[in-house]
Amino acid sequence: MFWSALTFQLGYNATLVTLGATLLGVAAGVTGTFLYFRKRALVSDAISHATLPGVALAFIVMTMLGFDGRNLPGLLIGSAITAALGLYCVQWLSSRTRLTEDAAIGAVLSVFFGFGIVLLTVIQTMASGGQAGLESFLLGSTAGMLYSDAVLIAGGGALALALVVIFRRPMLMSAFDPEFARASGIDLNRTDLIMMGLVMGVTVIGLKIVGLILIVALLIIPPAAARFWSDRATNVVIIAGILGGIAGWSGASLSAVAPNLPTGPIIVLFAFALFAASMLLAPGRGLLMSALNHRRFQRAVHIRQGLVSLAQGQPIYEPLTLRLLQKAGLARADGVPTDDGRAQSSRVLRDEKRWEVARSDPAFEMAAARYDGLTQIEDVLTPDQITLIDTRIGAPSVVAQ
Amino acid sequence: MTSDIALAGPDAANAEAEVLRKSPFAIRGLTVSYDQKPAVFSVDATIRPGQMTAIVGPNGAGKSTLLKAALGIVKPLSGQITSLGRPLAQEMHRIAYVPQRASVDWDFPVRVIDVVQMGLYREIGLLKRLSGGQKSKAMACLARVGMEDFAKRQIGQLSGGQQQRVFLARALAQDADLYLLDEPFAGVDAATEKAIIEVLKSLRAEGRTVVAVHHDLSTVPEYFDDVLLLNVRKIAEGPVAEVFTDAALEAAYGGRLASARITTNAATG
Repeated sequence: MFWSALTFQLGYNATLVTLGATLLGVAAGVTGTFLYFRKRALVSDAISHATLPGVALAFIVMTMLGFDGRNLPGLLIGSAITAALGLYCVQWLSSRTRLTEDAAIGAVLSVFFGFGIVLLTVIQTMASGGQAGLESFLLGSTAGMLYSDAVLIAGGGALALALVVIFRRPMLMSAFDPEFARASGIDLNRTDLIMMGLVMGVTVIGLKIVGLILIVALLIIPPAAARFWSDRATNVVIIAGILGGIAGWSGASLSAVAPNLPTGPIIVLFAFALFAASMLLAPGRGLLMSALNHRRFQRAVHIRQGLVSLAQGQPIYEPLTLRLLQKAGLARADGVPTDDGRAQSSRVLRDEKRWEVARSDPAFEMAAARYDGLTQIEDVLTPDQITLIDTRIGAPSVVAQ
Repeated sequence: MTSDIALAGPDAANAEAEVLRKSPFAIRGLTVSYDQKPAVFSVDATIRPGQMTAIVGPNGAGKSTLLKAALGIVKPLSGQITSLGRPLAQEMHRIAYVPQRASVDWDFPVRVIDVVQMGLYREIGLLKRLSGGQKSKAMACLARVGMEDFAKRQIGQLSGGQQQRVFLARALAQDADLYLLDEPFAGVDAATEKAIIEVLKSLRAEGRTVVAVHHDLSTVPEYFDDVLLLNVRKIAEGPVAEVFTDAALEAAYGGRLASARITTNAATG
């Protein structure tokens, strides 16, 4: 069943919903990355919670005017209005008062959300309020979604993606170096406004599927996971989009099979699984690889230090060093070097001396930057350069002896 | 200032307009305050074209603030900034700025070459891709600061001096007439300081104007042509030989002069 949902075989409507959720995930991951780069990820939490009173007010207004209160475009417009108001409050409080942004976020988030909950309770007492189903906006639901709803969500996601492509350079520059960006003629306020507008747009179109409480996770978790995979901003953006898309796609698929489960939490749990996998398994920055690399590095350092000590005829006290040398066949249990150890240790000592010269000469700056106490200088410099260095170390070492 | 001109009549006003037209970077009546405490107060300055000018003064003298306010990074309370007689805000495309190294997060996921290419975004615009020529231009700027071998490195792996040179390369990519640098020599190694000053001197040789916030008094006479001495108010401005005197330093640094004088004497004597 789950498999047929994943492969879009559950009928037209379910397929459309899954496609919408996938696009939403991509848009949220990509937009959220810029927010993450700008170190303002939590603002999105204030924005999303501030949508609730808008949803409720839109329902009340539409019902009172005699329309269907559950009309999705109407509800989303209402949510966008209060979300913008909430965002404005956060900006105003953090720029015009002594409050820091985190305090402003906390205040705005709770007040708007509280007001929204009160309005929901009011709606319950209204004549037509019983079957409003607005609670589904809290945790998201794909059950009973209309064709037009799915098109709206997919279209909004695609529009958000297009805007990100257009404004990627100013957004990236103002995130990395706002002062330089400003001096290059980029209007920081306008760029932030575009970025926050995008976040608001994604939040609003995500209300139906993910719900307002958890949409922040879809904005923050994909970039946090993607950061483990790459050191290039463009790649982080793309990977975050892919991870967000996978979370939205698999979450919506599972929810199509099990309609009683709330869609938002399922999508977020899938996003978290991707995050956990990235954190553990990503090459380079992942925990597993860095632990392995650290261990390998530590052992190599021990062997190298041991060889230097052997070359200089110093005793080795560190048990790990001794054990590693022994295992590599470079020394005997009592610390006396084997023939192999003797040969290698004199080579290592020579390497150390060459490095010393290279690092003290600005002409070898590039090479010196690669010094880690392990890399052989032959791997970094040309034979000619090494000959040059050897002419310099030759003389003093003779004097020393 | 303006009232003086009004009193002095149209000739003085014309003379002032002429002065402004010639200066690539002129400041008139600039005041900036943080929470009602002035950081820069009513400063006038006229930077000479094609020269290297140091902005010098004690900690908290408003040196960096002056640059930031001129560029619109912080909002001044009052003042006009002009370049060749036109408002600086309209001339931003001819200006390159090198911010303090500490102002950015060096763990940001960009490589050295990506940072330099940010200097080209102004000419590329929003959507166009980087052309081959622009890519080699970025590489050439990196080579000019001796960092071409580091192009593919993540910026967090660089030393402080290397980071500063990458910032300078990004400014070079902007191909500007006026270079404004905020503490380019702060916390860098001797080799970097030498590399940076060579690049700045070559910019001057090309007829460009260089203005740098500088904190090391001992190197002012060696590196710079002009100096702007600042301590919230302007203390003095002009050629180093005329302006960089004990009396002016006393006025700028006050009680802290003793150590300042020792360092300058050590450098000159």
